Amino acid sequence: MDIHEYQAKEILSSFGVTIPRGGIVYSPETAENKAREIGGSKWVVKAQIHSGARGKAGGIIVCNSPLEVAQATDKLLGKKLVTNQTGPEGKIVNRIYIEEATDIEKELYLGLVFDRISESIMVVASTEGGMSVEEIAKEKPETIIRSKIEVAVGIQNFQARELAFGLGIEPELIRRASETIVGCAKAFSELDATMVEVNPLVISKQKQILALDCKMSFDNNAMFRRDKVSELRDKTQEEEKEVYASDRGLNYVSLDGNIGNIINGAGLAMASMDMIKLAGGEPANFLDVGGGATPEKIVKAFRLITMDKKVKVILVNIFAGINRCDWVAEGIVQALEKVEIKVPLVIRLAGTNVEKGNKILQDSKINYIEADTLEDAANKAVAALK
Amino acid sequence: MAVFIEKDTKILIQGFTGKMGTFHAEEMIKYGSNVIGGVTPGKGGQKHLNRPVFNTVKDAVKHTGATASILFVPPAFAADSAMEAADAGIKTCVAIVDGIPSHDMIRIKRYMRRYSRKEKMTLVGPNCAGIISPGKSMLGIMPGHIYKEGRVGIISRSGTLGYEAAQQLKNLNIGVSTSVGIGGDPINGSSFRDIIEKFETDDETDMILMIGEIGGPQEVAAGEFAKENMKKPIVGYIAGLTAPKGRVMGHAGAIVSAYGESAVEKVELLKECGVTISKNPSVMGETVKQVLNSKIS
Repeated sequence: MDIHEYQAKEILSSFGVTIPRGGIVYSPETAENKAREIGGSKWVVKAQIHSGARGKAGGIIVCNSPLEVAQATDKLLGKKLVTNQTGPEGKIVNRIYIEEATDIEKELYLGLVFDRISESIMVVASTEGGMSVEEIAKEKPETIIRSKIEVAVGIQNFQARELAFGLGIEPELIRRASETIVGCAKAFSELDATMVEVNPLVISKQKQILALDCKMSFDNNAMFRRDKVSELRDKTQEEEKEVYASDRGLNYVSLDGNIGNIINGAGLAMASMDMIKLAGGEPANFLDVGGGATPEKIVKAFRLITMDKKVKVILVNIFAGINRCDWVAEGIVQALEKVEIKVPLVIRLAGTNVEKGNKILQDSKINYIEADTLEDAANKAVAALK
Repeated sequence: MAVFIEKDTKILIQGFTGKMGTFHAEEMIKYGSNVIGGVTPGKGGQKHLNRPVFNTVKDAVKHTGATASILFVPPAFAADSAMEAADAGIKTCVAIVDGIPSHDMIRIKRYMRRYSRKEKMTLVGPNCAGIISPGKSMLGIMPGHIYKEGRVGIISRSGTLGYEAAQQLKNLNIGVSTSVGIGGDPINGSSFRDIIEKFETDDETDMILMIGEIGGPQEVAAGEFAKENMKKPIVGYIAGLTAPKGRVMGHAGAIVSAYGESAVEKVELLKECGVTISKNPSVMGETVKQVLNSKIS
């Protein structure tokens, strides 16, 4: 789960990271006041969307008066920002963060992620802040320094110090820089984060160490014990159909193609999408209804797929194990009594009692194309497009 | 000797009296697995499915001599249960449960470092289908009848894609020595490498089918290990050719975030390691058959 910049800043601030003064607004009227409240003579108006690269997309505006702050807020609110991370449909701006402008002396990069090789938390830092970590890795890999946090004991001060010295930070600022790194690491460990990124982490001309932009992501599997974090979810930043799916316990990812998929199991779903691609088609989605493929889940899956106007063919591929094909087939028949399908439907059943399952479908009123193997199913789905 | 489980391996069900535990214990018993009892804290002394229930894994091990266990406990309590099994001397533990936080998985693995290599439990999963040695025993939730007895070892992240492979093999009259589901989570108990290493020394396995997917370094790490250390041939398939970068594809671990984690890159890297790649998921069985035939001739 992702959160907004201002939410990540509030969290990190509570772990001892210094952030510039700022506040969140939802209207231009309050923006002007908020700028005055923050004080100073220069402000940055930042569109809050779940994406990086907002600056290039026009989502960050520097202002020289409270009036300009109000105008910039007005311009951004309600707009859809398209960045290189949002996809062509963009993300809607419903919240604006107003921050005092910082006199930047130096921009650094600080990131924490799970390292799947060492199975620990990896701190990644670089003197080249402001660029994405991918760009740094490509263009200035020699500037990247890393440190592994032993999860059982957490980050140690010497590790933070080593990183701070490694970044070439001047001696009188080492202590604050170390505290900043320790704060980020503690937030990561204590809140079940999967990613913390401060980019840039800046040294201001006034010799402050400030987190200028912050990002945090969290482990969805840990939300049961993170009430406060899960409250920060902003569904307006997620794709509409993906919200519908996640609210109903379905694993769904919207894609660009026109063949809709309903499949049980994530691996089989990915494999079926691959087969569609190899057959010359493009999948419209990833959808895993879960290993069990219960009738309730199948109804929900059909409802979800029919919401997608791109879909010109639907492919159902279920490998029934303990749940049996005949039971799954009955579920499909029931589902199609409730949901009307206007596009060709290809169904492939496999596993336990496959003959019985196919018989139930054949004897039903469903208008569908029966498929035998994975390959057959993909070929028939692509052929049905024409 | 099969890897992990034999016909007489004594199996405990952790979370025995719950709905999931009961259902799958019954399936395992039907298959012929030697389920000798289970653990549900607070229900010790009762009988369930005609087998004893214990309060702790230690009690259960002491009274039954169990060496394997399977977890059907909710995600919030799964880490605790896995560590309890490790401490009680269980040798093989399968965690079926989907939804264990990654921080908890790391904690389990760090905790297990206190045991010597000899004493250490093998944890398989979480978020997996478990282990089956066809004709011998099932420590998992798979449909047992789709696995024919034979000499191909299967390792798969995905449950249903592993079933698909077993079914394809069966249709070609090819059997399986042991199939291991290692699960779809980013941090798991046993990696591809851990399992292929076991298969290499298993005298009941002639070759290996490895079914991976996008995300993480494990498939390639296994390939590199095989290149240096293994004689048995490996057929590989990587799911997720069409998966966009940076999106989680159902499995928490199925996300491309670094070089070498996409399907195309993994396939290339595995080919370099000498792994025979199944060109699509519909021909996993056929590809295994070709490799088996070339081995004989």
